[in-house]
Formats: sequence, C-alpha cells, structure tokens
Amino acid sequence: MEQITIFVNGQRHELLIKPWATLLDVLREDLGLTGTKEGCGVGECGACTVIMEGRIVNACLILAAEAREKEIITIEGMAKGEELHPIQQAFVDIGGLQCGFCTPGMVLSTKALLDKNQNPTDEEIRKGLEGNFCRCTGYTKIIESVREAAERMKG
Amino acid sequence: MEEYSVIGKRVPRIDAREKVMGEAKYAADYGLPGMLWCKVLRAPYPHARIVNIDTNRAMRLPGVKAVVTGADFGGWTWGFMATTRDEPPLAVDKVRYLYEAVAAVAAVDEETAEEACELIKVEYEQLPGIFDPEEAMKQGAPVIHDYRPNNVSVEYHWNFGDVEKAFADSYIVREDRFETGKVVTGFLEPPASLAYYDPSGQITVWAAKQSPYFHYRHLAACFRLPLSKIRIVQPFIGGGFGGTKNDSVAGDFCVVMLSKKTGKPVKYVYTMEEVLTTCRRRHNMIIYNKMGMTKDGILTAVESRVIGNGGGYTAIGPLTMYLTGSGTTLPYRLPNYKYDAWRVFTNNPVSAAMRGHGFTHTRFACDVQMDMLGEELGIDPVEIRMRNAIDNPAPGTEYRTVNGIGIKTCGLKEAITAAVADPLWADREKTPKQEGFVSHGVGLSGTTYQGGARQLGHQSCGAIIRICEDGTVNFLTGATDCGQGSDTVLSMIAAEELGVRYEDIAIKRVDTAYTPVDPGSYGSRVTLLAGQATQLAARDAKRQLLEAGAKTWNCAPDDMEIKNGFAYLKADPEKRMSFEKLAKIACYEGAGAVIIGRGHSSYGLETIDFNRGTGNGGTSYSFTAQTVRLGVDMETGKVDVTDFTIAHDAGVPLHPVSVESQNEGGAVQGLSQAVYEGFIMENGVTYNRTLLDYKMPRSTDVPDIKVIDIITNDPDGPFGAKEASEGSIVSTPPAVISALHAATGVWFKKLPVTPEDIVKGLKEAGKWGVKD
Repeated sequence: MEQITIFVNGQRHELLIKPWATLLDVLREDLGLTGTKEGCGVGECGACTVIMEGRIVNACLILAAEAREKEIITIEGMAKGEELHPIQQAFVDIGGLQCGFCTPGMVLSTKALLDKNQNPTDEEIRKGLEGNFCRCTGYTKIIESVREAAERMKG
Repeated sequence: MEEYSVIGKRVPRIDAREKVMGEAKYAADYGLPGMLWCKVLRAPYPHARIVNIDTNRAMRLPGVKAVVTGADFGGWTWGFMATTRDEPPLAVDKVRYLYEAVAAVAAVDEETAEEACELIKVEYEQLPGIFDPEEAMKQGAPVIHDYRPNNVSVEYHWNFGDVEKAFADSYIVREDRFETGKVVTGFLEPPASLAYYDPSGQITVWAAKQSPYFHYRHLAACFRLPLSKIRIVQPFIGGGFGGTKNDSVAGDFCVVMLSKKTGKPVKYVYTMEEVLTTCRRRHNMIIYNKMGMTKDGILTAVESRVIGNGGGYTAIGPLTMYLTGSGTTLPYRLPNYKYDAWRVFTNNPVSAAMRGHGFTHTRFACDVQMDMLGEELGIDPVEIRMRNAIDNPAPGTEYRTVNGIGIKTCGLKEAITAAVADPLWADREKTPKQEGFVSHGVGLSGTTYQGGARQLGHQSCGAIIRICEDGTVNFLTGATDCGQGSDTVLSMIAAEELGVRYEDIAIKRVDTAYTPVDPGSYGSRVTLLAGQATQLAARDAKRQLLEAGAKTWNCAPDDMEIKNGFAYLKADPEKRMSFEKLAKIACYEGAGAVIIGRGHSSYGLETIDFNRGTGNGGTSYSFTAQTVRLGVDMETGKVDVTDFTIAHDAGVPLHPVSVESQNEGGAVQGLSQAVYEGFIMENGVTYNRTLLDYKMPRSTDVPDIKVIDIITNDPDGPFGAKEASEGSIVSTPPAVISALHAATGVWFKKLPVTPEDIVKGLKEAGKWGVKD
C-alpha cells in the first residue's frame, strides 16, 4: 500500500492505495464519487473524464500515484450546492443528454474547452468533445448545449 | 390540433438535473456492506466439449468465498419461446461460442475473483466449429445443438398472393444479394448487477436492465421462486438499444447463485471487452432479394430469402426473423410477397434484437433495390417512391397489407415531399459535384418502423397515479427509461391528463415490488402503451377528484374541468380553486379518501402468427424520408458524411426535444452501420474487441442533422403519437447507399461499406481515382 494526498473538488484527501489502483478506482471506490463512470477502461470512451490540473484526463488511464498532490475536478465539483454550473444548466435546458452515462465526462470536457476558448466554433466544439463517446444523441444537442453554455458564460 | 398545456412543449427532461450533476446512480454505482465481487471464467474455444471442471485450487485461494459452474443451475435453460430454451446460465456439456461463460467466482475483491478464475482448470475436447451460416446449413456441417441437427434455429416460409405469376407478368425483375453487418448495440454502460439472495428466500437485485420484468421472470424460473419473491430495483440505465439489456447475461445469474451460496450480496460489472466479445449483437443477415416492377415502376412482387447468422443460441431469434419478414410489405404497396427465412446456429456470439429490429435488414435491401430498378427504368428516386408509397388513409379507414398489417395513418408521401423540398435535396445540383478527388452525392430513402410492438405472452402496461394531499403527484410506471426519455414523456402525459403542472409530477423508477408489471422497453412501445396506461390512470384519478369537488360545489363532476393546476366550472371558468385545494377536499372531506388512479393499456390486442407471417407486429407505424449528403474520396475511398435531413412521421411529437434527439441518435447509429462500424471476425474470433479497435462515431464523425416533423395524429396512440425511436436507424443505411451511388455511380450491397469496398467497387467500375 502506498500513501498519497490528492485534492478533489477543493478537498484534501490522504489515502492508502494499492500501487496499481487507477485514479478512477480511487475516485469511485475510496471516495465514493460515482459520478465518474467507467465505460471502456482503455481510455477511449471518455466516460471517466475528469479535470486534473486544468487538463482533461481519462481517470482510467491515470495511476492514482500519478495524481499525487494534484488538483482534480470531478462532476461532483461542478455545481455550487443545488445551483448548477452554467454548463450543466445549458445541458438541462437544451436537452444535451439522454441516458446520462457520458454526461459527466461531456460536462467536464466542455468546461476544459470553454476555460481555454470562450468563443469556440462548431468545429472547435466537435474537436473539444472528440474524446467523449455518446451513443444516444448523435451529438447534435450536445454541441448545441456547448454553444449555449459558451453564450451564457460570456454574458 | 387541440391546444395542450404540457404536450408538445420543450420541457427539460425530468431526469436532467441528476444526470448533469453526476448524481444519477447506475447499477455499478451501488454497493452493500459485506459485498463480494463476481468474475466470470470464459472458454478459450468457440466449440468444445467440457470434459471436466476442477475448482479446488480456486476455492483454496484466500479471499474466495464461492465458485459456481453450470452444474449448480440444475439443467435450467432460458430462451424466448418454450420450444427454444436452449441457453444455460453457464455452459454445461459444451461451449458454443468463444468466451462463453463456464464458471464464476465470488471473492472479497475483483482482483481476487479474477485470480481465482485463472486457477479453475477446465478440460475441453475441441470440436470442429462452423462460422458461416450458409456453410452451417449444408449437410454434414458440425452440429451445434442436438435438438436442431440441421443447425436451423428458426425457419419461416410465408407466401402471399402469387409471386411466380407476378414475376412472369413483370416488365422488369432483378435479383441481388445484400448483406448487413456484425454490430454491437454500443451502450456505454457495461452490464452490471448487485444481487442479494436473502436466506429467507427472497431475491433483490439492482441490475442494468432496460426491461427489468424479463429479468424478473428469468430469476423466478431459474431459482424456482414465486414472482412475488423477486425484487428488481431499477437504477438509471446507461443506454440499451435492445438485445443484451433486454435479456439476462451469465453474470446476472451467477451473482444471484453466488449470493445464495455465500449469504452475502454479490456484484459483477462486465468489462467492455466482455461486452464486445460475449454480449448480444445484431444479426448479420444475408438477403437474396428479388423484386419486380411494371414499365411504369409499380411494384409487382418481392421474394426475399433471408439467412440470419444466429450465433450459438436462439435468444429472441424467432421474433427477429418474424420482424425481418413482416416489414417488407411496408411502406410501399406490395400485392405479392414470398419470404423464406432461416436463422442458423453458428459458433459465433449470440445474435439478438437491436434498435430497428428486423425491419432494418429488409428495408435496406428493398429500398436500395427499388432505386436500382428505378435507375434501369429511368425513373428518379423521388418519383419511384411516390408512385409506390402507401397513401395516408382517410380518417376512420385503414390500409391493409397483403400480410394483414393495418395502417391507419401514413405520412410517407408528405415526408418525401418535405425532405426533397429541403435545400439539401432541392439544391443538390447547385452544389459542386466534384472537388479535387472528392465526389459528392445526395441520396434519398423512404422507410418505416413499427411502434407499440407486441411479442408473445404478456403485452399490457400499467400505471398508478397517487395524488398527494398537497396537490403533487406520485407516478408509478413499470416502464423503463434507458435514455430514450420515456420518464419525461410519461410525466408529460400524466400532467396533461390530470391538468397539473409538469413539475408537480414525480415519477418513480421500476421496483418490481411496487410498480405495475410491464413488458419492457423495446419495439418503440413505451410512449404508446405505457403512455395509454398513464392516460387512463390519470383519468381515473381525475374522476375521483372531480367527484369530490363536485360534491363541494353542488354540481356534477362533468360540469368541472382541471387545467394548468386549477379546477373550474366549465360554464363559469371564473369559479375555480387550486388543484391543491381540490386534492385536500378529496383527501380530507367526510371520512376522507386516498386517491389512487390506475390504468392499463389495451391497444394492439390482435394476435400475430409467426409461422404464417400475418398480423400486426405493432399498434401503429412510423414513416421516414431521409436525405443524405456525403463526399467520397475517389482515390482512397474515404467517406465524409456532411448532412442529414430526416422527415419523420411520429404521429404527434409529444416531447419534441426527445423526438429530435431520438431521430438524431438513431440516424448516427444507422450511419455507423452503413459506413463505419463492424466486428472483424474469423473462425469465431472477434479481433476488434476493445473500443480502441471497434470504432463508434465521435463528435467529429457525424453530420449536421435537421429533423422535420410530419404530423399525422394517429388514433392508436396517446395524443396521436407514434414511434420516434427507431425509424431513423432504418432510414439511414439505404439513404447513405443511395448517396454513395449518386457520388460514385456504384451500388454497394454489403454493410458496412468500408473504404476498401469503395476502392474495390470503383476499380471494378473503372472509376478509381478518376477526376471528371
């Protein structure tokens, strides 16, 4: 077992982990943050997307030990209490979700995109969400939600 | 059309907040104190006899609590029909596809369970395998199931009219071989279940099921318990699309058996690799299609010989082969039709239902072949469809197909007209045909799908509306929202019928201990049938409320109405009270009352006959016309699909956001099956078994999509609704093939059409790399 400290959604956690545990294992099993999902387990589907030090990563590909002393944002860190983040609110209002399994990852990829680029073109939105599979929506309403979120966050 | 308060509005999905917050719990997110983890051991051969299984070493591994093998299930098997129950939870005497489950372990954690699986020693005697369905039908082929010595798991031979005479009298006849691909449904949430077998004899499971009541029946039968002792609690479901999550998988049975053995809760979560190699897939079908027409392009006859690659077990195959044949008589007038179908056992993973079940195969073949005949006759794709399309029947009348399908509303002609009026088609000659090596094309399809599907056995949906004394509403349905949006639509229906606000409805997810039994989420049936049940339950509750209100106001219940959260006198709308007050009166006045409304669906009671091919498979039918614009690189064969326009007749769109989203999602799934997606297989081995290698469309791969609603207001659907979930997965492949033909001049008849296929087709046509 190995001891690490990580900061998740602004909270400090000291944890004893198995050396082979992934960040996804630690978030879901040790911290009970099940909003981060496991789809493919090989870094392809994006359901486990979290933000680490401002960058989106697939939590299934990151060893928990690599996250030592790092700042991590998961979907649970997006809303302030009951008040949704404008990105979340845009997904609700436009209907940019169906089954919801990809949604946490989509919301976090959107955040990482809009934090860097307040005026993304449709092409840049598509590119920004490229690492997140959605099998339900055909992406149309997700792209529309991101566009709407960008508008609202500017204003 | 009537002005509604809730129906037709773009309300937010009822589950949107939980989902965007990450608070929606899926099966894998559940845990219980003392919980064990289950892992399944799988066979390394596609066809082999099991000689011996030795679990001793696995049992001795510290942390292992129990091991189960096929023998633990006492010979129990399951399947769609009483005569086809050929699949055991764990293989007993032999394995019939690669990675079929043979044993399972419960241990303190997942890694220990996995390690224990490696310690189980299974002795196999390899058997010759058979992987091609046409080879498997030949005499002398290895036999996969003794009860089907010819390897044919399902066989139908239907004959309507006189195809021989019709072909003889036709001006033109063509025969083609079409083939549809080997594809996965593609949900992102792998199957998972947490099970607890209470030693007093009750089972509780939290399982990822889009039709939990199938699983409920499977568990009762498997564990020989009454249904009343089986409790399935339905979590949020991360996508379904038919097949796997409408059925049970090995892990589902193993966790219950392991819980029974250990007295502890047990959970499994499949890996995506297990999904891609062992879960249900769409049937890969070979379709020999013969079609005749008059000189004017009027359809005279169709004869389809269909061979379905069934895989190792029958599963829902009898329904698949029924639907594959049944839909051919729609959406064009067809007086003569013959269908011969064989679903054939092979040593491949099991084929089953998927979105667009059955229809997608033969509609692809027929729609493309119709275009081919049109081309030969010099009739354009719009005209050939308009000449044959079924007319919208006058209200109160019905169009009957030659195999007895009844159509009360048909928006196909209107949909084609709308789709080709859209600039994507109308201005297709104005956009450049050729840019460098890229050749552009625009294609068209006109297809159909059934809604309100019936199978065999239990068909009816139920609903319970409980009025709370503060005027809010608890709503119980047996229907499952696996992402399609049915919880939202059903809540809208409840609100509209009761006359309350949408936000006052609280819908509860399925818990078989409390919710009414329901067939499940398949065949685009939920909005129609659970929707009707909801309507009736709401009316029942409303009647009780109005009776109480009428007493207070000294009038008849019929003199009153409820709308937008207020009850009022029809004759004097100024005289009104809030719904909350009405609820309080109903609950508190006199001896008091408990207001519970109930209803169950009754649409579509006609029976269907699998062996003769007659009857209505659904309560109503949707119609779709779709156009596609794409570009083909004439040198590399790479396809870039840029635009879709989908004109879809869903009767009346009850929740337009969901109708659009379902059309968009279905179309992208269909696009993928047309040009991107497919298992690469050889001798029963799936080579692309992770999502790295099995490519599904990303945000950068999909076109811009426009959806046009065609309103036909069907009499057999709540508020005039028909299906909206599956039409576009049927319409997309033929539209893409039509566009590929427009771009290249080549007809492609096998899905998916890969860049290699395109280059090969172009070379054969002498067009490879040609720039006009």
